[in-house]
Amino acid sequence: MNSSNWTADFLSRLNADIRVSEIDIASITLWQIESDAWQRFAELAVQQNLRWAAGWAEQVQSRFLVNACFEKEGKSILLRTIVEASNPALPSQATVYPAANRSERHTQDMFGIKFIGHPDNRRWTRHQAWIENSYPLRKDFPVQGTPVGITPPDRDYPFIKSHGQGTYEIPVGPVHAGIIEPGHFRFQAVGELILNLEERLGYVHKGIEKIAEGRTPESLARLAGRISGDTTVGHGWAACMAMEQAADVEIPPRAALIRGILAERERIANHMGDIGGICNDVAFVFAQIQFTRMRELWLRTNAKVFGHRLLMDQIVPGGVACDLSEESCALIKKDILELRVELADVILALDLNSSLEDRLYTAGHLSEEIASAFGTLGYVGRASGQDKDVRRDAPYAPYDRVTVKVALENQGDIASRVWVRYKEIRTALRLIEEFIGQLEVGDIRTEWKTPPIGNEGLGIVEGWRGEIISYIRFDADNKIARFYPRDPSQINWPALEKLVLNNIVPDFPVCNKSLNGSYSGNDL
Amino acid sequence: MLRIFKKILTTGVVTERFSLRSHAEHGNEDELEPLGIQIKQHIDRQFSGSLAIRAVDAGSCNGCELEIHALNNPFYDIERFGVHFVASPRHADVLLVTGPVSRHMQTALLRTYEATPNPKWVVAVGDCSACGGEFGVSYASCGAVSNVIPVDAVISGCPPTPLVLMQGLLGLMNIEK
Repeated sequence: MNSSNWTADFLSRLNADIRVSEIDIASITLWQIESDAWQRFAELAVQQNLRWAAGWAEQVQSRFLVNACFEKEGKSILLRTIVEASNPALPSQATVYPAANRSERHTQDMFGIKFIGHPDNRRWTRHQAWIENSYPLRKDFPVQGTPVGITPPDRDYPFIKSHGQGTYEIPVGPVHAGIIEPGHFRFQAVGELILNLEERLGYVHKGIEKIAEGRTPESLARLAGRISGDTTVGHGWAACMAMEQAADVEIPPRAALIRGILAERERIANHMGDIGGICNDVAFVFAQIQFTRMRELWLRTNAKVFGHRLLMDQIVPGGVACDLSEESCALIKKDILELRVELADVILALDLNSSLEDRLYTAGHLSEEIASAFGTLGYVGRASGQDKDVRRDAPYAPYDRVTVKVALENQGDIASRVWVRYKEIRTALRLIEEFIGQLEVGDIRTEWKTPPIGNEGLGIVEGWRGEIISYIRFDADNKIARFYPRDPSQINWPALEKLVLNNIVPDFPVCNKSLNGSYSGNDL
Repeated sequence: MLRIFKKILTTGVVTERFSLRSHAEHGNEDELEPLGIQIKQHIDRQFSGSLAIRAVDAGSCNGCELEIHALNNPFYDIERFGVHFVASPRHADVLLVTGPVSRHMQTALLRTYEATPNPKWVVAVGDCSACGGEFGVSYASCGAVSNVIPVDAVISGCPPTPLVLMQGLLGLMNIEK
C-alpha cells in the first residue's frame, strides 16, 4: 500500500483551520494542537477517512498531555494537546469517532479530564473501588489508594432502560457460567430476540497503568505479558518495541525472527482454541475435541522449545529470552507439516456439515459500515471487509522481510470470522517456516541503554486479536513514567453490542466467542 | 458425516494412560496415572464419585483459565476421574479461584463463596491468587484470594500447567473437613 503522502496533504488542509506544531521525535509523527481544536481535528480527520486508533492521557507536573493516535494506509500519527490541571477540559472526539467513546470515559475516570459534549458521560472504568472526584492516574493519588473494608458492588450504574409491553431485561454476570472472565451484560429482549445489549466491563481492573509507573524495563515487560494472558507475546512485543524506540535500542535480526515465530505460534494456538470454542457453542463437539487436541499438541511443543506453554516472558527488552536450536527448528517444522494435514481433514468436515452451516452463517452479522465506523480490528474487522493488518501495512522486523497475505471476508457473520481465523492459521504456518528459513547465527539480545529522561516510544504490532498499541515514556534512571497499552479488545467490544442485535439470546455465547474480546486487556 | 466418523476413528483415543507413555517420553509426568487413580479413590470415598468445581475468575489475566480449560481436552480428560466443572456455585463442592482479587470483583467473589453450600473447599489457582503476583495489592487489587475468602489449598504457577493443576487438586483431597 502507498502510505506516502497523505500526511503532507492533510496537514496543509488542517493549517487553514487549526494551528498544528510538528514535533520531531524519533520514529513517531507527533502533531500538537490547541486543546479547543481537539474536536475540530477529529471532524477533519474523519472526512479524510483517518481511523481513530487509541487515546490516553498522562500527567506531567501540573499539566495533562492528552493523546490520540490516528491511522491511515499504515501510517500512524500521534495527536497531542495540553490541558492545565486547574481546568482539565477539552471538546470530545467521541462525537465524531464512536471508537473514542469508552477511551474518553476511561480518561475521565482515571485523570478527571472532562470531555465536553461527550455523548455518554457515565463512568466506565470506575465502579466503587475509589470515590468519585479522586483520580488514580494523577500523581498525587497513592498507588495503594484508600480502600475501606469491602468494596461494595456497583449497583447504581445507570443502565439504559427499555419501556413498553413485552420487553424484559436479562442481567448476566459478572460471574459467568463457564471458565471465562468476568463482565456484566444487560440484555433487553422481546421473546428470544435481542433488542439491545449493554456491556458493563471494568470488573478485572487491576491498576496496570498505575503499577507500571516506576518499573524497570524488565519488570514492565513481565507486567505487559500479563495484560491479557492469551496475548502475552503480543503485548510483550508492543511494550518492548515502545521501550526500544525510546531507548534507541535495535534488536538483533535473529531476535526479530524469533519474535515473529513466537507471535505466529501464539496466533495459531488462540485461533485453534477459538474455532473449537465457536463450534462447541453450537454443540458441534467433534470440532471442539479435535481443535483442543491440536492446540494441546501445539502448546506441548511450546513447552519443549521455549520452556513455557503460553510463551510467557520470552520477549524481553532488547531481544528474546530463548534461542532456537537446530533440533527445535526441526521439531517446529515437523509439527507444522502434521498440523496442515490434520487441519485439512477437520476443516473439510466442518465445511460440509449442514448443522454447523445453519448456525454460523448469517448469525452475528456485523456490517462493513459499522465495522468501519468503529475501527473494528483483527479477525472481526477483516471478516467485515476491513482490510487492515499492521504486519503488511506498517511492517516491522521481521515482517519487513516477508510478504504477509491478509485474509479478508465481507459476509461479516460468525462463519466469516471462523474462515478468517482458519486462513490466518494457514498464513501463520507459512510465516513460521519462512522465519525459520531466514534464521542466521547471531545474538538474541542487544545490551540495554538507559534512555534520557522524558524519552517516548510507540509500539504498534499485530497481535492475534489485531493491532496492539503500546505507549511508553521514561522517567530518570531507566524507570517507566507512563505506560499505556491499547488492546484490540477495547476497540472491538462495542462491535459486539451491534452484532448481537436481532439475534436470539441463546445465540449470544457463540456471537461473543466469535469476537472473543479480552476482559482483562480491556479493563487494565 | 462419514468424514467425521473417519476422523474420529483415525484419531483414536489420545487420552493419556500416563504410566505407560510418560515413562518413555516425559520424565516428570509419570506420577500422573497413580495421581489420577488417587484422585478417583478420594473422590469416590468423599464425594460419592463426583467432585463439582466452580471456576471463578476474580481478576485473572486469563492465562490460568486457558490451562484450566486444557484439563477438559482429550489428553487430560479430567472428567474420567470424577471431576467436572459446573455452572453454578450452588452445585459446587470446590471453588477454583484465579487472579489477584480485583476490588471490583470483591463482592462478587464473596457472594459466590456464600452461595456455595457447605462443606466447601476453596483452591487458589496461580501465583496471583497465591500472593498477588505481578499485580500485588493496590487501589484496584486486594491481592491474594486469602485476603478475601478462606483458602484451603494453593496451586502455584504462572499459569500452573494442567499436570500441576491435577496434582494440586489431589493435595486438596487430603484436607479433612
